[in-house]
Amino acid sequence: MVTSVLKSTWAYRSFILGSIKRDIQARYKSSALGALWTIFGPLAMITVYTVVFSEIMRAKLPGSEDPLAYSIYLCSGVLAWGFFSESLTRATNVFIENGNLIQKLNFPRSSLPMIVIGNALFNFFIVLALFGIYLLITDRWPGAAILSLPILVALQIILIAGLGITLGVLNVFFRDVGQLLAIVLQFWFWLTPIVYPLSIIPEKFQGIVESNPLTPLIQAYQTVFLNGQWPDWQQLAPLTIGSTLLLIIGYGLFKAKSGEMVDEL
Amino acid sequence: MGQLTVNSLGKAYKIYPSPGARLREWILPFAGPRHQEKWVLKDISFSVLPGETVALVGANGAGKSTLLKLICGTVKPSLGSMEIQGHIAALLELGMGFHPEFTGRQNVFMAGQLLGLHPSEIAQLMPVIEDFAEIGEAIDQPVRTYSSGMQMRLAFSVATAKRPDLLIIDEALSVGDAYFQHKSFDRIRQFKKLGSTLIIVSHDRTAIQSICDRAILLDKGKMIMEGEPEKVMDYYNALMSERESMVIKQIQLDSGQVQTISGTGEASIESIELLNSEDKVTDVIKVGEKTTIQVKAKINQAIPQLVLGFMIKDRFGQPVYGINTYRQQQTLSDLTPGQTANFQFEFNMNIGAANYSIAFSLSKGDSHLEKNYEWRDYGAVFHVINVGKEDFVGSAWLNAQTEIELEQGQ
Repeated sequence: MVTSVLKSTWAYRSFILGSIKRDIQARYKSSALGALWTIFGPLAMITVYTVVFSEIMRAKLPGSEDPLAYSIYLCSGVLAWGFFSESLTRATNVFIENGNLIQKLNFPRSSLPMIVIGNALFNFFIVLALFGIYLLITDRWPGAAILSLPILVALQIILIAGLGITLGVLNVFFRDVGQLLAIVLQFWFWLTPIVYPLSIIPEKFQGIVESNPLTPLIQAYQTVFLNGQWPDWQQLAPLTIGSTLLLIIGYGLFKAKSGEMVDEL
Repeated sequence: MGQLTVNSLGKAYKIYPSPGARLREWILPFAGPRHQEKWVLKDISFSVLPGETVALVGANGAGKSTLLKLICGTVKPSLGSMEIQGHIAALLELGMGFHPEFTGRQNVFMAGQLLGLHPSEIAQLMPVIEDFAEIGEAIDQPVRTYSSGMQMRLAFSVATAKRPDLLIIDEALSVGDAYFQHKSFDRIRQFKKLGSTLIIVSHDRTAIQSICDRAILLDKGKMIMEGEPEKVMDYYNALMSERESMVIKQIQLDSGQVQTISGTGEASIESIELLNSEDKVTDVIKVGEKTTIQVKAKINQAIPQLVLGFMIKDRFGQPVYGINTYRQQQTLSDLTPGQTANFQFEFNMNIGAANYSIAFSLSKGDSHLEKNYEWRDYGAVFHVINVGKEDFVGSAWLNAQTEIELEQGQ
């Protein structure tokens, strides 16, 4: 099963990479500043968070005297969340959006979610790079712990792919899924310690936030960027196993339903 | 070598009464199915040998497009199996995967890869693609600046850049100007000559008869005939015309109109025939030609009076000429069951070249509103062609006689 996916992905690798490149180019094709816009968005976000929370509101992270701590905490969470929600939303709609293509051309359909995830990943890399520059300038470079990022990103991709393919297939049959996801993501954002640290919420609610599968992942990013420490790998183990299982289930569902899926598009 | 064998292939779509029903079926798979199956193709078996060209014909909704999608593998069959040997290319829709913001060249690369070509292969084929599309410098302009014909040219060139073993074409070729149509048809002929197997869906009788070795006729999802293209096309036409005279209340005609037959049935139309000046049954009449309409009506119940009327209508449904036997003072009276009335209307077809239909009515009096035994729309359909008359405009041929006198100026 896995070999056949890898084989067809390999055969269509240039198509997948080409599509990712094209999607990125298409976004900025007719704008004068072109690819610079990819940088301006995240740059504006980092600036706003730093100025508003550190300078204007003087928000401090509990247990830290660093005026920039909250800004770094916020950025690392928001960036990782942005990658998650953007790619998940696009993966959920990818089969519906490419319905005509799926009906009329015979090509590996599994390349479609790969293209949207690859696309979001590219954006994520850019904002991570900018964030890295910001950390360098403010003299808060996390050091060697930054080497854990590829593992965190890989784990996040597995989670997104598993969830995205499952929801993408379900969305073809039950269009409510796409609508529901937009609402669920709103709640999910606030149930994840991104804007607030876990320690400030009442203890009886901490259990809810801790049971959120995204919590350990976001916390890992925050640990790396804010404290310059290696993430707590043990805490990430359940998520790793869960995401892998989800990916297997999602792929199984995709295989089982891909024939019927074409009929519904 | 492209070869295709199709074994009792069937395709059904699942129809659920509501999205909730599907959810229940998914969650409770043991509670039995909650959908109905709508069979769009059933029991299709045929084989296409290497190098053969086969046409698929049939009315809209006969299942031709579904069959093509099954063959090219995008849609999965519900029943049966298929064996395909060789590399398939399908022209189901041209311009798939084109992005308007990118240049023709960039799009060729993307579309080619979507078709399964390797980038190095595309680079190698690029000069041929450019050359065949004949769009010149525009190849390096964004596709959004192209006319639809130029997009079509480029898309066709990419899709057929590499000769496939099995080529599937769904009427995509009717786009483009006459020159390019000719050129693309030549390329397909060339493929055929080089040994490619072709499967074509078309309504164009001339194209089918000139290029195909065999034709397969589909009707309502079933294969009803397979054989020589000419024989199959004749049968297909007969099938279509049989539809027009079948005694069903409402019939969707091939042209999209609905033929309505209504009435109380005391008398009914048995047959309608349109004869030309040589007394041959036809549906093509020349302007001014002597024409005869023969109608046979059967009396089913005793009726005091019977009037037959007919009305010739143009393609917009506007009456061109209508008359009935009451106005011609030839009303039949005191008819008994079992009798047959043979009507014959003779006239010269002094109307303009176009398509027309004739509606018929059997009634008691002047108007069918009083007592309508049978009313039949589209009882006959015919074309008027202009042969040998001066080229005139309009729906009536008035045969103007012209005299000109040229006076010299003072």
